[in-house]
Order: sequence, then C-alpha cells, then structure tokens
Amino acid sequence: MDNSIWISILGFLATITLAFVVGVFYGGLVRKVTARIQNRVGPPFYQNFFDIVKLYSKTTAINHGWMQHLGPAFAITASVTSLMFIPILNGQGDMMWFENLNFKGDLIFLLYMMVFGSLGMALGAGQTGNPYSAIGVSRGLSQMVGYEIPWVLALVAIMMQAETTSITGLIDYQNANDTWMMFESPLAFIAGLLAMLGMFHYAPFDVPFAPAELASGPASEFGGKYLALMMTSGAIMAFVKLVLFVDIFMGGASNLVMLLVKTFLLYMVPVLYGVVSPRYRTEQSIRYFWGWPTAIGVLGVLYVVFIR
Amino acid sequence: MPNDKKSQKIVDIIQNAARKHSLFVLAYGTGCGAIEIPPTMTSRYDAERFGIRGMATPRQADVLLVTGYLATKTLKRVIRAYEQMQDPKYVIGFGSCTINGGMYWDSYNTIKLLDKYIPVDVYINGCMPRPEAVIEGFIELQGLIKDGKANGATKYKENIDWYRANQKKVIKNWNMPDYNW
Repeated sequence: MDNSIWISILGFLATITLAFVVGVFYGGLVRKVTARIQNRVGPPFYQNFFDIVKLYSKTTAINHGWMQHLGPAFAITASVTSLMFIPILNGQGDMMWFENLNFKGDLIFLLYMMVFGSLGMALGAGQTGNPYSAIGVSRGLSQMVGYEIPWVLALVAIMMQAETTSITGLIDYQNANDTWMMFESPLAFIAGLLAMLGMFHYAPFDVPFAPAELASGPASEFGGKYLALMMTSGAIMAFVKLVLFVDIFMGGASNLVMLLVKTFLLYMVPVLYGVVSPRYRTEQSIRYFWGWPTAIGVLGVLYVVFIR
Repeated sequence: MPNDKKSQKIVDIIQNAARKHSLFVLAYGTGCGAIEIPPTMTSRYDAERFGIRGMATPRQADVLLVTGYLATKTLKRVIRAYEQMQDPKYVIGFGSCTINGGMYWDSYNTIKLLDKYIPVDVYINGCMPRPEAVIEGFIELQGLIKDGKANGATKYKENIDWYRANQKKVIKNWNMPDYNW
C-alpha cells in the first residue's frame, strides 16, 4: 500500500484539528477581550469548548424538512473544503502536515467556495419557516453583496500585480521579492481589510444576527447539534479567512507561532472595531461597503494597472 | 463497548461537566423580576463568568428563567416555549410569585404554584431577589446538574398527563400543537 495516502489522511485530520482548536480558542479569547473592554471579568478562555461539547450532547428533535437538516452540513462542508485549499504555512518551514490540496485550487475557486456555506445555511434557514430566519437570511445575503465587491476588487488588484491566481503563487511572489503584499499594494490591502470587517459579522456589521431585534437571525430555529455544527463551522471558517488574509497580504507564516501571532493581530481589527460600535441598519451597512471600500479598491486596481 | 455501563458513566461525567459550565438562558421576562436580569448579565454582576449567557430563542436555550408572576394568558406561552426547548432543559422559578403567588395570592387570573404546570428545578425566593441571589440560584442549579439531579424534563415526560390536566384546568381555550420530543 502506498504510504502517501495515509500521510494525506493524517495531514487532513491534523489540519482540521488545528483549525478547530485555534478557531474555538480565538472565539473564547474574543469573548474575554470583549468582557475586559466592558469592564467585566468575562468567561474563561476555554468557555467555547464547553459550549460546543454541551451542544453536541443535547438531543435534537426539530424537524422542518430535509433542507433544514442539510443546511448546517453544507456550512461545515464549505468550511472544511475551503480549509483544504489554504496553505497554512508558507513552505519555508516544515509543512508536510498541512499540504493537503494547496496547489490545486486558486483564489477564484476559493471565492466561490467560501460563499457556498452561507448559501447552504440560507437554504436551511429558509425552510424552517421562522420569520426571524427569513429576515436574517435576506439581510445576510444583502450584506454579502455589499462586502464582496471591495473584497473581489482587492483580490483582482493583487492577482494582477503578482500575475497569478494561485495562492501558493502569491506567497512565492512575496517571498521571492522579500516583501509583503500589504506594502506592495497598500490600497488593495485597505479595501480588503474593510471588506473583512463585514466578513466577520462583528458589530457594526452584525446585521444578519442582530440579537436584540432578530432573536439570532438565521440560526433562530436551530438548536442542539445543529447549533454545535454551525459553531464548529464558524470557528473553522474564521480560521480560514484569517489564514487566507495572512497568506495573500502578509507573506504567509513559516511556523505555527508566527501564524498564531499574525492571525491574532489581524483578528483584533474587526473585534476591537466591533466592541466599541453599535449596529448599522441593513442599508447603511451596504452603503458603507459600496462607498469608501469600493472606491479604495478601484483605486488599488488602477494603481496596479497604471503605476506599477 | 459503547453501551457498557462504565464507559457510559465516563461520558455522563464529561457531559454533565460541560452542561454545568455552559448554561444558555431564555429569560421569560414578563413579570417585574425581569428588571433584575440586565444587572445580572452586565458589568456589575457579570453572570458570564460562570458560563451563563442569554439566548434569544427557546430552540437554543437550556434554562427557562421565569421571572415573577404568570397570568393564565402568559402561562400558555411559557408552556409552549418550554416544550420547544431541547433536552436536557431546566427551569428556574424566580421570585415569590412562582412559589406561592406572592402579592397576587388573591388574583383571579394568575397562577400560584409554577411547579404544578411545568417542573421547576430551582426556586429563587425574594421579592425581588437581588442579582447576587440570582447568581446563587444558578450556582445551585449547576451543582444539581453536576450530580445529575436536575431531571425536571424527565419528570415532565413521565407525568405528562398530570401536568396537562393541571394546565388545561386554568387555560380554557386550549389549542396547542402536540410536541413529540
């Protein structure tokens, strides 16, 4: 039997474990940071592990139809698939364990894959028939139309600059020129960062979940194991977004410690901005993304085309 | 092996520890006691230290916190919210009104003892109980969960006929969906 298959399977499991543990751990840290800023003690940093174990051990006797059962499954499928295409480490260190499918997909494929989970959740939440879910889904999809535009503009700018669409190609470009993409095309970085604020759904962009007005939005009819699946998928997806951002703008990371430092610093941007902000209305949120972030994104593309 | 008694015991210990440290609360705040919930949850008393966290829908919640008196009209909604919650679930009766009717003892449209209609695991007495007392009640519930004694939901399933009869006695226009847990 060929040994490489077993190494691939083990690497797959190692990657998922790493993403899950880091994502859930970051979720707990975010709750702690929020609490400290609000002058509270806050839950312990491992609180989210308790939450997920408890939710997995709850019974789930809700049945609204088969799409409702498939929605969370779609979400976790999308998270794990996206994770497989992200280079966790940048290849200068020991990256045998995290190689997975890094060289087979490119940024454009990943753009579609990352949206797939939200669409699956939207279908699942739509079937529950809860009015809060329906409102939350429509808000979430509207907001996605908002932040996808500056995000795609930022990606187009850096893809044109490095003349490749492959993520590993982008990392190699940065390593070969001994620079980071955030300094090479700063306008694209700013547009991407502003789009990332919306991607993480922290305040002021927590429009779809809006705990005070929409119960919890799309998730309001999902309890027990479904909620646990959604929390797992959310944790993995947060890790995916952070690592992707580090890969394409900050030159990747050569070892795990560097990866944790970079992703944590990056994660604090939406979190700290969110803690001190109230919530936008839906149209304010979309107008925000179609304003300055899109303008900066267009300028970033023009900068790459005409100046460099 | 999975149905082995010893391994089941280990699983129970892990699950009970996780349940103890993570309580999602659905605060049914129709009574005046609801005014004590915001200080309990926010900076001053910070119940999140113990893993207690507010949840907006019954589907996601573990604990139903019934704050204060229940008119027969609201009792119907409480029963419906309780039956939509997923096992294992717990109920905390908050304030004197859930124990003996409190100052509504003589009222024509409030219930006196909540335990006759839905199974209550922990009572917090007082009118109002202060946030310290509320947190004390939650810690009492955590102790019960850790020992596996907070089994109000199973009691409800076993004695469903008795509870239904009591509920139908006070709620005249009973048209509620039947839930199969």
